[in-house]
Amino acid sequence: MISHIDVSSVLKRSVCDLYSNLVTRPTGAAVRIGIEHHLDEIGDKSLAVLDFSHVGLLDFSCADEIVAKLLMQYVSVDIPRREVYFVFYGMSESHMDAIESVLERHNLALITQLADGAPKLMGDIDGEQRRAWEKICEMGSALPADFAIATGVPKETAERILETLWRRRLIIRQESGYSPVRGATAGRNPGGLLADDGSASGGSGVEVS
Amino acid sequence: MTTIISAPSSLDDHTFEQIFDQLAPLPPDEKVVIDCRRTRWASPYGLTALLTVAQTRLERPTLAIPDLEDTASYWNRASFFKHAEGLYDISGRPQRARSGSESSVLLEVTPISQTQDIHTVVTNIQTRSQAILQEKLHLESKVTMRFTMALSEVCQNVIEHAGTGGWVAVQAYKWQQRLGRWVVVIAVCDAGMGFRKSLESSQGPRPTDRWDDGMALEETVMRGVTRFRDPGRGQGLAGVKKFIGQWDGKLSIRSGTARIAVVPAWDEDVPLKKDLAFFPGAQVQLTIPERMAGE
Repeated sequence: MISHIDVSSVLKRSVCDLYSNLVTRPTGAAVRIGIEHHLDEIGDKSLAVLDFSHVGLLDFSCADEIVAKLLMQYVSVDIPRREVYFVFYGMSESHMDAIESVLERHNLALITQLADGAPKLMGDIDGEQRRAWEKICEMGSALPADFAIATGVPKETAERILETLWRRRLIIRQESGYSPVRGATAGRNPGGLLADDGSASGGSGVEVS
Repeated sequence: MTTIISAPSSLDDHTFEQIFDQLAPLPPDEKVVIDCRRTRWASPYGLTALLTVAQTRLERPTLAIPDLEDTASYWNRASFFKHAEGLYDISGRPQRARSGSESSVLLEVTPISQTQDIHTVVTNIQTRSQAILQEKLHLESKVTMRFTMALSEVCQNVIEHAGTGGWVAVQAYKWQQRLGRWVVVIAVCDAGMGFRKSLESSQGPRPTDRWDDGMALEETVMRGVTRFRDPGRGQGLAGVKKFIGQWDGKLSIRSGTARIAVVPAWDEDVPLKKDLAFFPGAQVQLTIPERMAGE
């Protein structure tokens, strides 16, 4: 299931309908809880598009409360709350500044969708993982054996790298193989963003506003 | 007994030490008169620190306002008297606010005591000061966003660490003699627990003879230590330092008996100063210079 979450709307609903800036830790915590409540209502396996288009300022403290603490519950932990993949959409350069800083602090990474629709990996990510992610994006979908052939690495290595990327929720794991978490073609409403593989992307976007 | 505290003619982060020096030996319940009659100019630091001084006194102090009409008018325009009247007995009649030519109040003196205040501060800066920041300071819009992020973070320090309210003010003015260009100055002052007590509240005093206000400032500002166990903490000040470094700005923080500074090449301040007169809380100043063509 795909869910489009307008972060600015969550801010207005959770904290104050006059606010458009994500500043302070209490504000960030309230917004994160609002997002978590929404995620609790959608399926066990979902793609959440967090839309920052209408957010003015995002400071470091708020970025830590929202982005880092949200990712830490769903990514890189032994038993995540559920299988949720995130795409961060509509981020400005200053949003990215704050987010990049908190990602590095917590050794996290995420996928953002740029204005041209291209996905971008940001945060703490080593060269091997970055190359693997780019290759999966290029291939669209791949089983470890196919990935191993395409990259020239042993199958065990391919399995390890892809498993790591999946644990970090940077790629989607399905029976048919691994596919990238990414935005759909440019020009489409982010609420209609699709994962590359059909079985993970069958639901319509859920607008939170 | 009443003690007269003489304010210098120019009231900024350096000259305010004269006021701290005069206050430090006095018991908190002694009546004081802060005599600003000779004062001709005050930075945002001067105005916000004057308010925190009053908050440290058990006996309501008196403030003698500047004789110079322009100065008193400016203080009024910066909303100083609006807040001072609640803390001081005012001696003299505040002038009506008039517009000035060589300085711009980007944010009037504003109290910070809760999260909502920071939203107000950020919104006010965004709606009223973007033009000045871009036209006079030549800050691109993406830089004004980072400037506002820095402002937000230093204000949050008051709420998270001071244990009491504080004050913020932002002003732009031309630093003709020192720098020959415009600067924008943020001052955030409180009279709360200060950096050393904040760290001690979770970890106790460090087992070293060196443990003092200066070391607490070094640990917090230079090494990112905080009283919280959450590893995400400390990013606000780190982000402020990064912004200051990128923009050739200056950051100084006074707390207790010490003052630490991130000093750019254009300034001659010392990185760490100890054994100052004690004053509670933390007094923070950020100075961002105008970007000149070609920089």
